[in-house]
Amino acid sequence: MQAIRILSLESWKRWLWIFVRFVLIVGLSFVVLYPIFQKIATAIKAKSDLYSPIVVWVPQNYTLDNFRQVISVMDYWQTLLNTFTLAGTTTILTTISCALAGYGFARLKFRGSNLLFAGVILTILVPPTTILIPLYLNLKDFTLLGLIPLLTGKPVNLLNSYWPFLLTSLTATSLKAGLYIFIFRQFFRGIPKEVEEAAYVDGAGVGTTFLRIMLPNAIPSIVTVMLFSFVWQWNDSFYTTTYLTSSKVMATQLSSLPHNLSILLSGGDTSTADPFYLSMVQDTGILMAILPLIIIYLFVQRYFVESIERTGLVG
Amino acid sequence: MWGFLYVLPWLLGFIFFFLTPLLTSLRYSLSKVESSAEGLSVQFTGLKNYVEALTVNTSFNRVLTESIVNMVVNVPLIVIFSLFLAVLLNQKFFGRSVARSIFFLPVILASGVIMTLESTSLIQAINDQNSGARVINALGSFELERLMLQAGVSEWIVNYLTGAVDRIYQIVSQSGVQLLIFLAGIQTISPALYEASKIEGATGYEAFWKITFPMVSPLILVNIIYTIIDSFSRNALTDLIRETGFVRFNFGLSSAMAWIYFLSIAFILAIVSYVVSKRVFYQD
Repeated sequence: MQAIRILSLESWKRWLWIFVRFVLIVGLSFVVLYPIFQKIATAIKAKSDLYSPIVVWVPQNYTLDNFRQVISVMDYWQTLLNTFTLAGTTTILTTISCALAGYGFARLKFRGSNLLFAGVILTILVPPTTILIPLYLNLKDFTLLGLIPLLTGKPVNLLNSYWPFLLTSLTATSLKAGLYIFIFRQFFRGIPKEVEEAAYVDGAGVGTTFLRIMLPNAIPSIVTVMLFSFVWQWNDSFYTTTYLTSSKVMATQLSSLPHNLSILLSGGDTSTADPFYLSMVQDTGILMAILPLIIIYLFVQRYFVESIERTGLVG
Repeated sequence: MWGFLYVLPWLLGFIFFFLTPLLTSLRYSLSKVESSAEGLSVQFTGLKNYVEALTVNTSFNRVLTESIVNMVVNVPLIVIFSLFLAVLLNQKFFGRSVARSIFFLPVILASGVIMTLESTSLIQAINDQNSGARVINALGSFELERLMLQAGVSEWIVNYLTGAVDRIYQIVSQSGVQLLIFLAGIQTISPALYEASKIEGATGYEAFWKITFPMVSPLILVNIIYTIIDSFSRNALTDLIRETGFVRFNFGLSSAMAWIYFLSIAFILAIVSYVVSKRVFYQD
């Protein structure tokens, strides 16, 4: 009798917990997925469906017209290519330079390395807005401490080109690069010293040790940094609007989408545009902007959790 | 020597793209910057810009306080929520990897321009009205709120909690990275600890507070700092600073605002990390 009662209490508690957990997970997943579903539903609606109050999720008239509008106004394929190249290049360059810096800070001690690492932490802490204006002005008349005017006679204007991105990623000062250097440093610190010493004993120089031994071990960190860097660069509108004013990347095109669209539709007069329709096209635009990311994410998502666990950032 | 060489690319970037603009920004904030046809003229005026930002400018104080209050309110929620979720997602159940991928999705989607565009989306507002969803939501938290007030729970807590529930979308979308860090951290706790505690007769609740929580506490500090920095990197105040700088061309005032902002962040971070690291359990 006693045994049966205890048994039912235990299993009752277990089932209750399973139920609560299920409800929580499903509910929260819904909160996350709700905007995406809404965008998909909006994107395939026809214009006539926009105003009918009975249509909320499933439209009566399907149309791919919105997609076509977005593709033409945003110059989608060109923008996609631009954004992909930009994000890809900065990711690769940032990963390389941050790995170098991280290894230098972790293993190759030199005088003042602690002070310089404090500088890395400083780059993480300072909000980009603080240095935005001098950076902008600096890039407008870039002189590299007087070298360039010496060569060509006047300072060069680096804005509105991809140069600022290239330079900052080469020198590990791009978006959130301090964080990546931190991740690499933590990881390299976690590798046992014996591995390195064995390599030195075998006669490898510092460079060979780094390339042949440290890097292959660091694959989890490299994957983490590349994933984060790609995603954040793709979505970044802060630096792209500062450095590039006329070039076409996703973020800038997306924010000017309604304006461009209304000009296109009403032949130059932006005040007669229908805001509801504009909003619908903009939602479609957002969907198309994040669609490549989602596709890549589906392939790559299992690396996220695995890779953070092995970067040594935890445990 | 070699170390220096490896760090050199970063060092160059640091000097050119960070330190120099930082010092220039400090200089601008202490002077009056006028732009003319030939370039900039910078006249030293001392702390006038700072005084102007704090006392004369109509929106700076208000926006600054709003941002800080926002952060103070959101950070505990985000950290607690992501810890809870990480513990939840660590248990084995059907569809676990799907749930994990879903919860990490906001990191990809909700950054930068997309967030701002979404919040002003007309379609979303109208859809909510149409489907009556908003009405149901509002009803939901009203009822809960009344219940709690009648039960005698203090009004301040009730407001905080129902505000949290209303802002659930915002909180979920900002907890992606923290969730990952906690999840990875919980997975490194050796299961032997849990088995030992089970033998001793500890319940799941006790196991959480006595094992999981202390082992994860260094990560709580990391996540708090990361969340503070993240919530400070883009909010109403940064837009105000940008607008003062680029739209109204008042570089001196804008730099002063940015420096005040930076100093308040540094101050808050220092206090928070000092207080929290006192209570972190390190395994040495």
